[in-house]
Amino acid sequence: MNVVQPMTRIRGGVHEKQPHESGHKHVSGTAEYIDDMAEPSDTLHAYLGLSHRAHAEIVSIDFEAVKLCAGVIGVLTVDDIPGHNDVSPAGKHDDPVFAVGKVEFHGQPIFAVIAETRQIARQAASKVKIAYRDLDHVTDVLEAEKANYPLVIDPLKLERGDIAVGLAGAKNRLNGEMRIGGQDHFYLEGHIAFAIPGEDDEVTVFSSTQHPSETQHMVGHVLGIPSNAVTVNVRRMGGGFGGKETQANLFAAVAAIAAKKYRRAVKIRPDRDDDMIATGKRHDFHVAYELGFDDEGRIEAVDATFSARCGFSADLSGPVTDRALFHADNCYFYPNVRLRSRPLKTNTVSNTAFRGFGGPQGMVGGERMIEEIAYALGKDPLEIRKANFYGGEGRNLTPYHQTVEDNIIPQIIAELEESSEYAARREAIINFNRHSRIIKRGIALTPVKFGISFTKTEYNQAGALVHVYTDGSIHLNHGGTEMGQGLNTKVAQVVADEFQVDLDRIRITATTTAKVPNTSATAASSGSDLNGMAAANAAQQIRARLVQFAVEQYGVAKEEVFFEPNTVRVGDRLIPFPEFIKSAYGARVQLSAAGFYKTPKIHWSRSEGRGRPFYYFAYGASVSEVSIDTLTGEYQVDRTDILHDVGKSLNPALDLGQVEGAFVQGMGWLTTEELWWDAKGRLRTHAPSTYKIPLASDRPRTFNVQLATWSVNREETIRRSKAVGEPPFMLAISVLEAISMAIASVADYRISPRLDAPATPERVLMAVERLRSAGKEL
Amino acid sequence: MELQIRNSIRFLLNDKVVERTDVSPTETLLDFLRLDRKLRGTKEGCAEGDCGACTVLVGRLFNGLLKYESVNACIRFVGSLDGCHVVTVEALAGSDGTLHPVQQAMVDTHASQCGFCTPGFVMSLYGLWMQNAKPNIQEIEKSLQGNLCRCTGYAAIIRAAESVTAIGDLNKDPLVTERARVTQQLLALKDGKHVVLGEGKQRLVLPANVDDFADVLERNPGATIVAGSTDVGLWVTKFMREIGPVVFLSHLDDLRLITEDDDRLMLGAGVSYTEAYPVIIRHFPQLTELWNRIGGEQVRNMGTVGGNVANGSPIGDTPPALIGLGATVQLRKGNNRRSVPIEKYFIEYGKQDRAPGEFVEAIHIPYLGSDDIYRVYKISKRLDEDISSVCGAFRITLDERGRVENAIIAFGGMAGTPKRASAVEASLTGAVWDEGAIEKAAAAFSDDFTPLTDWRASADYRLLVAKNLLRRFYLETGGEKLVRLNRYEPAFG
Repeated sequence: MNVVQPMTRIRGGVHEKQPHESGHKHVSGTAEYIDDMAEPSDTLHAYLGLSHRAHAEIVSIDFEAVKLCAGVIGVLTVDDIPGHNDVSPAGKHDDPVFAVGKVEFHGQPIFAVIAETRQIARQAASKVKIAYRDLDHVTDVLEAEKANYPLVIDPLKLERGDIAVGLAGAKNRLNGEMRIGGQDHFYLEGHIAFAIPGEDDEVTVFSSTQHPSETQHMVGHVLGIPSNAVTVNVRRMGGGFGGKETQANLFAAVAAIAAKKYRRAVKIRPDRDDDMIATGKRHDFHVAYELGFDDEGRIEAVDATFSARCGFSADLSGPVTDRALFHADNCYFYPNVRLRSRPLKTNTVSNTAFRGFGGPQGMVGGERMIEEIAYALGKDPLEIRKANFYGGEGRNLTPYHQTVEDNIIPQIIAELEESSEYAARREAIINFNRHSRIIKRGIALTPVKFGISFTKTEYNQAGALVHVYTDGSIHLNHGGTEMGQGLNTKVAQVVADEFQVDLDRIRITATTTAKVPNTSATAASSGSDLNGMAAANAAQQIRARLVQFAVEQYGVAKEEVFFEPNTVRVGDRLIPFPEFIKSAYGARVQLSAAGFYKTPKIHWSRSEGRGRPFYYFAYGASVSEVSIDTLTGEYQVDRTDILHDVGKSLNPALDLGQVEGAFVQGMGWLTTEELWWDAKGRLRTHAPSTYKIPLASDRPRTFNVQLATWSVNREETIRRSKAVGEPPFMLAISVLEAISMAIASVADYRISPRLDAPATPERVLMAVERLRSAGKEL
Repeated sequence: MELQIRNSIRFLLNDKVVERTDVSPTETLLDFLRLDRKLRGTKEGCAEGDCGACTVLVGRLFNGLLKYESVNACIRFVGSLDGCHVVTVEALAGSDGTLHPVQQAMVDTHASQCGFCTPGFVMSLYGLWMQNAKPNIQEIEKSLQGNLCRCTGYAAIIRAAESVTAIGDLNKDPLVTERARVTQQLLALKDGKHVVLGEGKQRLVLPANVDDFADVLERNPGATIVAGSTDVGLWVTKFMREIGPVVFLSHLDDLRLITEDDDRLMLGAGVSYTEAYPVIIRHFPQLTELWNRIGGEQVRNMGTVGGNVANGSPIGDTPPALIGLGATVQLRKGNNRRSVPIEKYFIEYGKQDRAPGEFVEAIHIPYLGSDDIYRVYKISKRLDEDISSVCGAFRITLDERGRVENAIIAFGGMAGTPKRASAVEASLTGAVWDEGAIEKAAAAFSDDFTPLTDWRASADYRLLVAKNLLRRFYLETGGEKLVRLNRYEPAFG
C-alpha cells in the first residue's frame, strides 16, 4: 500500500531561486564544452589563414611552405567548397567563407590548413606567402562617409510629427555629435566547431552557436546539400552575448567542408587573438543630433543620424542599426522626430549582434541629448528626464508609432531615487567638488526602456520537444541554446511546474536541429519567452492526454483530475506521478509532444517605419556614483544602485545574475574596453593583454541590485515574466554620465562635457582639459 | 664536483607521479593536461596568462617548505614543473562527488553562468583560501585580478569567496592534511641532479644550482633563459617562436634568496613578485600599490623581478621604481660577476647590457634615506592587471632651506627603454620646491621624452600625464589630501 504524503509545493518550480542546472558541473570542471569532447582517434584539426591587409587584391598565394610542414594533410581554399562560398545571414552573398581575389579587412579568412594537430595546422598556416596589391582602405565611420563608401544595407528612417516645424518653433536649439565605440564580446570560450562526416552527404556539427538552425542552413548552403543532411548540436556555450549568433557559421562551415573532404572528424578552434581579429563585434557609432526644447527642458524636436561602422559586409547590420533607432527615444516622448540610420561599409571585420543589438548605442545617443539639455539649462539631468518621460494623453507614441502601454518607469525612478538617496548624495557631491582640488565626483540616475521581440517578426516563434518516460522521468528539449544565461534551468522549471513534479525529474538535453527544427537564434533576450512558452505548450498537450486518460480510466470528470506536487489527484485517489505515467503508458497514451509558440500582437513594416515591433517593454534604472582624478583621468565607480524590472521572475537568482553581469559588461563597454585600429587598418586590441574588460576590482565598490518584485508583465508571457538578457546592459549608462558630471564640475557644470565612449582615462583627462580651458573663457 | 644527471622531468599531478623523458622545451602545462592527460576541466581562454581560465595550483618547495600558488597553466612550461605538485580542478571534489567547500560556495551563490571561467575561479579562490581562510573584499579582489569573467559581473563570485569558510574547514582540506606526505614525496623527486632532455633546439636543461646554471649558459650562450615564463610563455603561445635550447631556473633555490643587508636589499633573480612582496613593502611601503597591481595573482606567483629587469621591456612595472631607488643589476658570466646601475642596463629598445652567456643573478636595492621622498605612480587603462601606459618614479631630497638637493625621476612607457627624465631632474635640482619650480620642470618633460601613440595611450596623453604626475608628487609632498583615488583605505601617502 502506497502512502502518499502530499507536498505543499514541488522543488524547483517557477518563481523560485534555483541554481543553474550545470552549476555543480561548472565548478568541478565536468561541464563539457566542445573542446572537451572525446574525439575519434583520427580527428584532424583546421586552422584559418587570415589576411594581412585591410584592403587589397590578392595577386598570388604560395602554399608550398605550408604543405611541406610535417603533419599537414592539406589546404582548403575556395576550390574545395562544393556549394556556395557564402555565409551571409542577410542573404546578400557578401560574406565569403574564404576571400577570393580580394580581401576587405585585415584578418579576413583566405584559406584553412588541415593537419594532424592544431599546433601543426596553426604553425603551417603562418608559413603561407601571399602577394597583395594594396587598395585604399577606410576603417573609421566618418572617413567612410567622406570617402563615399556604400551602405551595406538599406538604411531606416523613423519619422513622426514635423521635424522642421518642431525645430523652428522651439525656444532653444542645439546640435552636437558623439562617438560611441564598439565592443568585443570576449566570451571566455572562443569560437569552435567539430564536424563528423556521416553516410552519403550527411554531416554532424558540434558548434558553439547561438543559432543552430542557421548554422545548419549555412553548412548545407556551403556544402551544397539539403538541410536534412546536416545536424547541428550544442549542449552549452562558454558565453555568447551575440558573438555566436552568426559568427559561428564560418567555423562550422570550414569544419564541415574539411570533414567531408577528408572523411575524418575535423575540429577548428582559433587562438584568442585570431578569434578577436576575424570575428565581428558591437558596432561603433557616430551620432549627430539637433534638438529643440523649451525652457523647462521639455523636448520639442529631435533630428538625429546614427552612422555605424558595419565592416565589410551586411551581416546583421540592418537590424542592428534599426534597433539603434528604436531605442534612441529610451523613455522619452519626442513630439517631432526624425531618426535616420547610416549602416556604412568599412574595411574592418563585419560587425554583428552584441547584447542590446544596437539598442545601447541608440540609447546612449538619446541620453546624451538629455544631458545636453540639462547642461544648457543648468539643471539636474534627472529633472530633464522626468519632464520628458512617456505618459499622459498624447505623449505615449514612439517614433515608430507603437503606443507605450506598459510604462512603469515613473514608479521605478521614484523608488530608486528614494532608496538610493539620490538628491542628498548629489548635493553632497556638488559640495565635495567645491572643496576637492584634484578628485572630483559625479552621480547620475539613468532609466532604461527596452523593446522585447525580434524586429524580424518571423523569428518570434519557437518549438520544444517533451518526452515523459514510463518511469516518470521527463526529457526536455527546446530550440534555445544555453550560453550561461540559465535558459535551460528556467525552461525546465516551467515544465516542472506544468507537470507539478520536482525539477530533478526533468533532464534538459543538448540543443539539436534534429529534435526541434527551424528555430530562431537565442538572441534578442527572447530565449525564455519563446522556448518557455513552447515547452509549456508541449507539456500541456501531454497533460491534456493524461487528463483524458484519467477520465476514461477512473470514470471521473475532467475537473476532478489535478496535477499536485509529484502526484496526480484523480477524484479522491492520490497517485504518485511515476505510477500514474506507467498506467497511462499501459493504456497506450502518447507521452511525447512537440510544442510550439508564436508571439502574438506584433507586426512591423520597415518601409513605412510603422508598427508594433515589440510585444512589451522591460524597464529598469540605475544610479552610479564615481570619482575621477583630474590629473590622470583615472576613475572608479564608488557605488551603483539598480532597480530592474523582470516582470514576475521565473528565477530571481538567475535574473539577479543577469542584471549584475549585464551592468558590469555595459560598464566595460563604456569605460575601458577600447577597439583601436592602426593606420594600416589592423585591430591592435585583440587579446586580454590589450583589450581590457572589467575585473572584480572594477565592479562598483558598493553594488546594490534589486529586482522590482511588484512588477507583473501585463502581456501574457510565460508566467508573466519579462526578458532579462539585454535590458540591464544599458543600466551602465549611469556610469558614463556620472563620469561626465565629475568632469563637468571643473567648469562649474556650465558646459556639457560631450564625453565620447569608451570613457578611457585618456578621454576623461582630455575632456577635463577641454572643459578647463573652455571654462576660463566663459 | 661531478654532477649527477637525470634525463627526465618528474612531478606530482594530483595524486600521481608523472615522469617523462620526452618533454619539449615549449610544451605547456595546459596542453599536457588537456591533450595528453585528458584533464579538460582546465580551460584555455587566452593562452597568454591574462584570463585565468587555465588556473591550477602548483605546490613547490623552498627550504623544505611546501607552498601552493595559483599559476596560469597556458604559459607555464612542463619543464619548469620538476619537483612540483600540480593540482587541477579535477582533484577538488570528493570521490563520492561531494563538492569542495570552494565549489559548493560557488554553486550556492549562483557564481557561475556560462561556466567556462569557473574552474579557474575555483582554483584561484582555493589558492586564496589556503593562505587566508577569512579574506576581506580587498584581498579577494587581489586574488582574482588574474581571472576574467564575462557573465556574472563578479558580485556572486565575491559572495562565494566570502562564504567558503562557513561551508568547510581548511584544516580538513586534503592539501593541508596531506602536506607532510606530499612534502616527503617532493623532497624525493627533488634530487638536486642536473636535468637534461632532448637535443639541439629541443634541448631542455634544468641546472642543479646557480654555478651549474652559469656553466650551462656559458657553454650554450644562445639558450633562452626561462624563469617565470610570464613573458617567454607568450613568445611560444602567441608568436610561435622557437626558443630552444631552454634553460629553466624556477627550481633553483639559490636564485630565490632574499637578503636584507644593513644598507640594501638583495633579490635573487629567481624571486617571484609574490615572494618579494612582504620584504619589498616593509622596506619600501611606497611600492605597495604598484606591487599589488603587477599582472594578476598568477603572474605575480610565477613572474620574477629578475626577469622583469632582464628582458628590458620599456613598459615593465618594476624598472622605473628600481631606477628611482638606485638599484644595481648583478650580472654573472661563468664565475665573473659585474654590477651595473639598472638604468645603464637598458641600452635601447630590445637591447640590454647583457653579453651572450651572461645572466642577471640578482638585483641590489639600496634602502632610502630618511630624507628621501619617494613615490611611484602607475597609470593604465584598467586599474588592475594591465600594462602601464605611463609609470613614473619620483625621488627627491630637500635641504634645510627647502631646495631640491637631489632628484631622480624615471619613467616607463615614455621611450624605448625605462628612462630617466634628466632635463626635468636638472630643472628641479637646486630649485625651491614650490609650484613655480614644478611648472618650470614640467615643461622640460618634452625635452626628455617623445612618447609614442599606441593602443594604450596617445603621445599627448602620455606627456600630459607625466607632467601631471610630477604635480601629483608635489601635492602629496605638501600633504594635500585626496590627490589620488583609492578604492579602499590609502595604502600609503
